[in-house]
Amino acid sequence: MGILTLMTFIPLLGALVVLCLPDSKPNLIRYAATAFTLPSLLMGFWLFQNFDRTQAGFQFVERTPWISSYNIEYFVGVDGISITMVLLTALLGPICMIASYGIEKAVKGYFALFLLLDAAMFGVFISLDFFLFYIFWELMLLPMYFLIGIWGGPRREYAAIKFFLYTLFGSVLMLIAMLALYFGQSPHTFDMTKLAASAAQFSEEMKLTIWIALFIGFAIKIPAFPFHTWLPDAHVEAPTAISVILAGVLLKMGTYGILRVNFTFLPDTTAQVAGIFLGALGAWNIIYGALCALAQTDMKKLVAYSSVSHMGYVMLGMAAFTPAGIDGAVLQMFNHGTVTAMLFLLVGVLYDRAHHRNIDGFGGIASIMPVYTSIVALAFFAALGLPGLSAFISEVLVLIGAWKNHPILTIIGASAVIFTAGYILWMMQRVFLGKPNEKYLDLPDINTRELVTLVPLAVIVVILGVYPHAVLNLMTESLHQLIKPMAAMSQNVAQIDPAAMPDVAPRGETAN
Amino acid sequence: MSLGNLDSLAYIVPEILLALGVILLFLGDLVVRNKQRLGEAALLIILLAALAAAQLRGTTEGFLFNRMLVTDPFAVFFKMLFGFSAAVAVYMSLGSREVQRTSQGEYYAMLTSATLATFFMACANHLLMAYLSLEFLSLTSYVLSGFMRHDRRSGEAALKYLIYGGVASGTMIYGMSWIYGLTGSMDLGHINAALQAGAPDKLAMFIALLLTFAGFGYKISAVPFHMWAPDVYTGAPIPVTAFLSVASKAAGFALLMRVFYPGLSKFNADGSWQMIPGVDWPQLVLVLSMVTMTLGNLSALTQRNLKRLLAYSSIAHAGYMLMGFVVLTNEGLRAMMFYMVVYYLMNMGAFLVVMMVSNDTGREDIDAFRGLAWRGGTVPAVAMAIFLFSLTGLPPLAGFVGKFYLFAAVVKQHFYFLALVGVANSVVSLYYYMRIVRTMFLDMPNGDEAPVTLSMQEGAMLGLLAGLTIILGVYWQPIINMADQSVRFHLG
Repeated sequence: MGILTLMTFIPLLGALVVLCLPDSKPNLIRYAATAFTLPSLLMGFWLFQNFDRTQAGFQFVERTPWISSYNIEYFVGVDGISITMVLLTALLGPICMIASYGIEKAVKGYFALFLLLDAAMFGVFISLDFFLFYIFWELMLLPMYFLIGIWGGPRREYAAIKFFLYTLFGSVLMLIAMLALYFGQSPHTFDMTKLAASAAQFSEEMKLTIWIALFIGFAIKIPAFPFHTWLPDAHVEAPTAISVILAGVLLKMGTYGILRVNFTFLPDTTAQVAGIFLGALGAWNIIYGALCALAQTDMKKLVAYSSVSHMGYVMLGMAAFTPAGIDGAVLQMFNHGTVTAMLFLLVGVLYDRAHHRNIDGFGGIASIMPVYTSIVALAFFAALGLPGLSAFISEVLVLIGAWKNHPILTIIGASAVIFTAGYILWMMQRVFLGKPNEKYLDLPDINTRELVTLVPLAVIVVILGVYPHAVLNLMTESLHQLIKPMAAMSQNVAQIDPAAMPDVAPRGETAN
Repeated sequence: MSLGNLDSLAYIVPEILLALGVILLFLGDLVVRNKQRLGEAALLIILLAALAAAQLRGTTEGFLFNRMLVTDPFAVFFKMLFGFSAAVAVYMSLGSREVQRTSQGEYYAMLTSATLATFFMACANHLLMAYLSLEFLSLTSYVLSGFMRHDRRSGEAALKYLIYGGVASGTMIYGMSWIYGLTGSMDLGHINAALQAGAPDKLAMFIALLLTFAGFGYKISAVPFHMWAPDVYTGAPIPVTAFLSVASKAAGFALLMRVFYPGLSKFNADGSWQMIPGVDWPQLVLVLSMVTMTLGNLSALTQRNLKRLLAYSSIAHAGYMLMGFVVLTNEGLRAMMFYMVVYYLMNMGAFLVVMMVSNDTGREDIDAFRGLAWRGGTVPAVAMAIFLFSLTGLPPLAGFVGKFYLFAAVVKQHFYFLALVGVANSVVSLYYYMRIVRTMFLDMPNGDEAPVTLSMQEGAMLGLLAGLTIILGVYWQPIINMADQSVRFHLG
């Protein structure tokens, strides 16, 4: 049994063990659940040490036949793209467990479902068989539905079913596209390293249809406009730790899926059609998310919309098909995972004390909770892209990379930084500065348990702000390999000069 | 190969067992005082018949009784399925308060008779035999659904079922007479040969198909022959509803597949199926499949009575299964057969939970399920959630695998639109299945609901069905292999 299998299935085993523990000992359940996420974290460190950064291909591969009559395999492995996501998941697992110690209702069910969710998230990132990928992808829905629906806020039922319906709608489209790809191959296969639309000799329209079906499935998870409306609801209603997982890992699955599936299987459609479309959607997400965040009065909703905005950078970077752009995009996925996790944890800390998140209901928290405020400052400055902190690097890389192919979109994306600064600074001013609110003078400052969840993330944010190569060098080889065909094709498009090729009729004004 | 009357007997051992069992149960009713014993005897008889059917796997295939019946892997597969689903229905009846209030001896004898009818439907090779077995099943079902004589809903159910059934079977036998007129035979093999030899009049054949389909459509509750289902499912005792929604429906499918595939389509030597020119039934069924699943799901959205909701859900599932029917491939048939196995597990399970709640609260509406997980019924609530997720088609549960094979068969033949309608329906169905899950887990009990208790017997069956639903969702190779080997008709 290989390391990736262990990482995935130890949390699952943990879920079963937790179910067998007695209800009467909630602390035992909490500690046991945390203990079952630690092996994955340790194995994450080991992977980080031993991952061969000079290789573009898949490492730590395991494969065994599963359902032979349909050529379905248990096939897992990581490359530069997935290892960053696996590390992020491993990191956030124990942190979220510790952040969940405040849960009092049906403790056993909560932690068992959380461990199941953890296992499914690892599974998505390590799967190299499309069928297996789909199973894990869907497996996440069940625990998520219950975690939001049972332990969430007042409108939890609405938020949970909305999340479920949206995501299921996306994934059934993916199922059809997956089957079409499967039957297009000869011999039929779900092997993600072999699947390619070019082998299937689909018509251009068919390829585009498949691309769109897959894209909708992933775009709902990102969430890209106009499929984003489930996100604010789910985030506001979900308990803190679930929001962290939702923003930290689940959103990344959308962009990861596009890279792993759309980019790999349909490179020509991606290059010819998707580049401009994806970029424009990304730029729009950046602006739209930021503007929505400006209008929020609920801190958690503000952070949720900031996620919509920040995921826009990922899409813009992916659409550039340049090394800097794609590096920036995946680095942004990792950085957003750590920064937004901090933001949600921090909002949760305040909510636990004041029992509301209304931005206008506070004031002068800085003088009441100084330690807390300093961490808040670090996290929010990271979110607005302050140089020296991690998100700055990835956003700049995205903008540099996107400039070559999409200059106008890049200008739009870059100018949105003003709005980002606006909503963050305005919120900080209203909540943390000014005269302390009489009601909250006796709020205790951040406690040790909360510090344990926040400090590791803060350290990573600072380190990656100064030395991004720690994560960047994991992924560059795989990413540059991935965009090679698309970069070549998009250059061909750019180089078509009607005057130089008089015998070829130009098809529309596609050149510029 | 065609077997004579005496040689044929060896291949209808399960039917003989059931027939003897029916007589035994009727006689036993006169002398045995503890009627539960009769139920246990019926369970034993049906299980024996299922095992006897299993013994026939891999033996000779051929025509029996001068081509009236046929024995082949296809028939054997369905006999096993009917046997095991009837066994679960009997097992449920043993713990059902509704059944305990009726004259149980006759009830178990009737249920065993209905099982016998389904067995004949699996192996009929002649339109007359097909009609007789179908009518046999209908008659026993009318009695069973009206078995709670003092309950007006039960009486209404039986009456509606009878009227609908009468019209449908009348229409069907009229259609069969057209087929006889067009081909000169009622034997499926001879009909097929006649159709291949010379194309019949297209319009006449279409009318014949439409009329004949009415009878099958009524048994599988496909639109527009579905209207009896919600009322009958609501009025009948819950174990009977479970039997109707699984065994009776699957029997309808078995007969439908037998008549429309080896009967009305051309089988090529390379194992592929082909439409006979002029016998254009796939188009017809394609439309019915889409309409059936859509109408079933949309109607289920607003139901508050769980039996009624599951009735509409079972209509929708008939639509899903018909997807595999229209593509004219062995993959499609295999997917249908696999789906029936998983549908049997999850639907039986869902009805079992409904029965447990109904036993303790006397109610079947969704409010009886409020906060079930938080008032002692955690195990049935979790099991119900598993069955409902499986009915929606979410991995890693058996229902997903079943749907996966159906969609795969459809996509392989490039019926993309049908596949899209199918998956869109899955999303719609999530909403109403989830409403039950929400009521059980997300809503808190009001405090005035009766507690739901779990007996050993119910717990064991629940565990078995839920366990298999999960196991088949993760590893289903043996079952798909079995379905694969069973897509084999004896054509002579």
